[in-house]
Amino acid sequence: MEEENKIGSQIKKLGFWKWAVASIIFRLVLSYFSENLNLSTRPEVSTPLTSLRRLAEGYWLKQLSMSPYSGSMYHGSPLLLSVLGPLTVKNIIVEYQLFGYSLVSVIADFISAVLIRATGRSLVAAHGHNLKSLGLDKLFKDIVEILPSGDIAGLVYLWNPFTIVSSIGFNTSPIENLFVIVSLYGASAGLIPLAAFGWVMASHLFLYPLVLFIPVIFLLGYGLDGPPRKLFVQSILRGEERPADHVELNSLTNKPIKTTFSWRRVILFFLWTSIWISYVLVLCAIFMREYGGLGEMFKRTYGFVLSVEDLSPNIGVLWYFFAEVFDFFRNFFLIVFHVNILFMILPLAIRLNHRPCFLVFVYLAISSMLKSYPSVGDSALYLSLLVLFLNELAEMQFSFFLFCGYVGVSLLSPVMHNIWIWRGTGNANFYFATAMAYACFQIILVVESVSAMLNYDRKIKKLCNIPKV
Amino acid sequence: MSFLKSGFLLFLVLFSASESIAEEDKVEKLNEEFTEALLLRPLPDRKVLAHFHFQSSAPPTRTYGRHHYIFPKSIYQLVHKFQVREMELSFTQGRWNYERWGGFDPISNSNAKPPGVELWADFDVPQDQVDDSWKNLTHALSGLFCASINFLEHSTSYSAPQWSFRSFSGKLRYGMLPREAVCTENLTPWLKLLPCRDKAGLSSLMDRPSIYKGYYHSQRLHLKSDEFDTSKMSTGIVLEQTLTVVLQPNTFSGKISQPSWSLSSLFGRKVSGKCSLSNSSNVYVQFERSIVSEENELRKKHEASKNDIFIHDGSQSNPLFELSLPPIRVIKEVENLQKKGSILYEFPVEDYDESEPFDLELRWKVPVVWSCEQAPLRASRFLLGSGNERGAIAISMKSTRSNNVERVGSDEKECWLKVGIFQVVPWYVKVYYHTLELFLDGEPQSTMNIIEKIRVSPSEDKVSPGVMEIDLRLPCCVKTAALTLEFDKGFLHIDEYPSDANQGFDIPSAVVHFADFLSNMSFDDNLSTKVPILSKLQEKTPVLSYTEVLLVPLTTPDFSMPYNVITITCTIFALYFGSLLNALRRRVGEEERLLRGKAAKKTGPLTLMLSKLFSKLRGKPWEPSKTPSSSSPKSSINYKLVAKVALVAAIAAAWQYYFQ
Repeated sequence: MEEENKIGSQIKKLGFWKWAVASIIFRLVLSYFSENLNLSTRPEVSTPLTSLRRLAEGYWLKQLSMSPYSGSMYHGSPLLLSVLGPLTVKNIIVEYQLFGYSLVSVIADFISAVLIRATGRSLVAAHGHNLKSLGLDKLFKDIVEILPSGDIAGLVYLWNPFTIVSSIGFNTSPIENLFVIVSLYGASAGLIPLAAFGWVMASHLFLYPLVLFIPVIFLLGYGLDGPPRKLFVQSILRGEERPADHVELNSLTNKPIKTTFSWRRVILFFLWTSIWISYVLVLCAIFMREYGGLGEMFKRTYGFVLSVEDLSPNIGVLWYFFAEVFDFFRNFFLIVFHVNILFMILPLAIRLNHRPCFLVFVYLAISSMLKSYPSVGDSALYLSLLVLFLNELAEMQFSFFLFCGYVGVSLLSPVMHNIWIWRGTGNANFYFATAMAYACFQIILVVESVSAMLNYDRKIKKLCNIPKV
Repeated sequence: MSFLKSGFLLFLVLFSASESIAEEDKVEKLNEEFTEALLLRPLPDRKVLAHFHFQSSAPPTRTYGRHHYIFPKSIYQLVHKFQVREMELSFTQGRWNYERWGGFDPISNSNAKPPGVELWADFDVPQDQVDDSWKNLTHALSGLFCASINFLEHSTSYSAPQWSFRSFSGKLRYGMLPREAVCTENLTPWLKLLPCRDKAGLSSLMDRPSIYKGYYHSQRLHLKSDEFDTSKMSTGIVLEQTLTVVLQPNTFSGKISQPSWSLSSLFGRKVSGKCSLSNSSNVYVQFERSIVSEENELRKKHEASKNDIFIHDGSQSNPLFELSLPPIRVIKEVENLQKKGSILYEFPVEDYDESEPFDLELRWKVPVVWSCEQAPLRASRFLLGSGNERGAIAISMKSTRSNNVERVGSDEKECWLKVGIFQVVPWYVKVYYHTLELFLDGEPQSTMNIIEKIRVSPSEDKVSPGVMEIDLRLPCCVKTAALTLEFDKGFLHIDEYPSDANQGFDIPSAVVHFADFLSNMSFDDNLSTKVPILSKLQEKTPVLSYTEVLLVPLTTPDFSMPYNVITITCTIFALYFGSLLNALRRRVGEEERLLRGKAAKKTGPLTLMLSKLFSKLRGKPWEPSKTPSSSSPKSSINYKLVAKVALVAAIAAAWQYYFQ
């Protein structure tokens, strides 16, 4: 059995590399035609925050020794500007000028996929381990086999049309996704400096990953996802009562399941976080020395994100809302919408504290739904994280309906945009309707996945309690 | 040596003292002055240019005091209140046709204006007060001229050019309203500034229907003051008011020849004497240099037959045209090697009165074809692209024939043409300045070689417009030069759209100026410096031209939808919040246990209701409990409901009562 599994996983591993290379080649081929595809101006792909065109404008202004934030074009981080800026400079010799950047985004995608795979593998291992330690492995093996969700998630990330589109669409969301995944991987593998680095960079560049603070701490404190910790305590007690029942259990109790919060790692994480934050801030301050300091940077980047100044259409719902809402309600609704993200943090953290990776997925999905300038790159990230929990979410409802919904919206949205903007035969409501449908599908996805996960926990709890009752 | 030095110093001191004494004498002589003049010029495309020029001047307050009998008080107060050093306001309707009406002479340089309102002002206040002064000035002018100049108050609508416009620095503010409609309500307050209004003098020609039916109508007010200069050379405030109209004479005169016209046929009125307050009141008829050269050729042909041409240099003997009245003076432009000068015929209005009004008539004898002098490059601007998402602005410049004349340093190899462009773009047209591309004769060029100087202040959303000032250095042999800039169209809040949102938004004209070229007319007559219009023509003015106003259509949201959008979006948010919270809150096991426990007990109406609620929340159909009396709980529920409603109403009433 073990041998077979190993062979199977080896085959799957080979498959993963093959498909990964294929996806890279596919991307490079597509990026060669990116001038014709014209994806960089699609509102679904590049937002005011992530558009590389705006970054190029900021870099150009900086070259003229003006502040890159003068004018409302660039709203990203100064670090991104100094790293990616030279890639956007127009070169007369090389006809295809942005090749450098598409290479960067392809590499970022590949690294993200590899890290997702590594995270997924450790998650699967933890899954099996947990089941074994609860003595449920036999029960489950009869029903379903454990899928290598890491490989699948990596491939889903690489082959998701959303990821492909955002990686060749000249925007910075592949980099954002990379940092989020780095942080997740670092936390799940116990590499505290890496986790801190990923989290600090992701939140510095794109603000919303700030909410990942809680799951990262849970990951470091409690370790990877597993059933509720109460069950372990019970099973250990039971195991002590009946040690002869399971031979394997004894071997496992040698390596006890962590049920206590390890403060040491969390404190280390805090330490590393403060180091990275001060490092990033010092770098930014050096960059912004002549352009108004850090205050100006915060105003132009985070202020721009929080106050939804740009009302150009995107796949979120906030742009149209703030284009239509009365001015004196604007601040109120700004607060309401942003607080909506924060409101759900605590209940989710209480209810899902034993599944920090899943919590990462839920937080990312919520923030990509409610953020002020969403793009399909965000969906690409949380969708592939969703695949990591294939084993747990096998009984999720409406999955086919959701799949159809995502496909339908991603087909309808460009059509409606074309009808409204280019042909002028439709109006803004057409496009807004698809944005709302998209928001609804995301809501259903989040709610259904959360309840499926809770049901799974319930099931495990019941199975654990069966011998008792 | 030292002796020599001290002697020289002494001399200098003496000299300067004597000069200052002379200066003071001059200053004391200064008095309020008002002059009026009308310049008429036939245009090549069978139209006539009429240029009214009124100038009032007030001596400096320091020497003259603050009471004036000619100079308009409102303008004096304006200057003093806002410390205006120089200001120009123009109301224009129609577009100046640079190809046919000329783009190189002083009149077109200073009177060809962009459509709508253009206002610029240079202040004499500390740097941090300039914006406030500008805002106050726009409001004052808006009240003074019955126009919506106050829209220039917002920081999104004006800009501070650094060097490309008027080469002032710092305290100049510039604003344009391309869509302002110009009408008599703007002309009447403008006429009120004249001492005789339109009751007497040349301004009585301004018959409203005839001046507004023209092809081009530009009413301008230029103000210059050095009141706040500390030096003694102060000349006070000079207010120059011009009205430039291009009219089509409606006299029929064949198809080839130029139409003959008279003042009465152009304006429908005649001049009955001068404004008695004006120092001079003249009518000039100008013929351009190409007509003059043609005339000379004709003369040479007829020289044998007509010997008396040189004896009477008057209109009667002219082979091309005939003027109904004899001019008092013929002013010739100084001719140099390259160009023939134009000719001005002067007619004073002073000697005419009601009984014998002044009416000048021009009759063409021979069909004449000529063309006007052109600026070295003819600039035009247009939009590229379609759709409401993005586009590009292109400024194209085509070379005209007069490219190679009057160039400074005309060495063929090192021949460069300096072109300055000043462009203001509203913030909702988000220009990507890094996409600036230059094409010479259709070939893309590296921007580094051609741009000599560039200053960009990019637009900030809802704060400031985008300003671009560029100095280009083009080779003289260039045929066409083009410059493109890409932009994204912005999306505005519904309140920011004007009432006719689907008409589109205007991008104000860009200013293209040629720094190497100065146009002026130089007259050999010394007398002409005393007449303001002639001295104005003699001033060296930089050649500049305005491009077209661009109309950018922007996407509109659905204006009727705010409530729908708010409610639907909020519903979605509520759906998210409610369903997620519900999913988190549910504890199936405990619910079941609770229900079981409840069912064991006697089911009262309250518990029944609770169980109903719980089962509803669980999504299962409610099974009525075994109790047979199903009607009584229902009625009791209703009773409870009524009691609750009554309780709430009572609380509300008590609340209301308490607060009253």
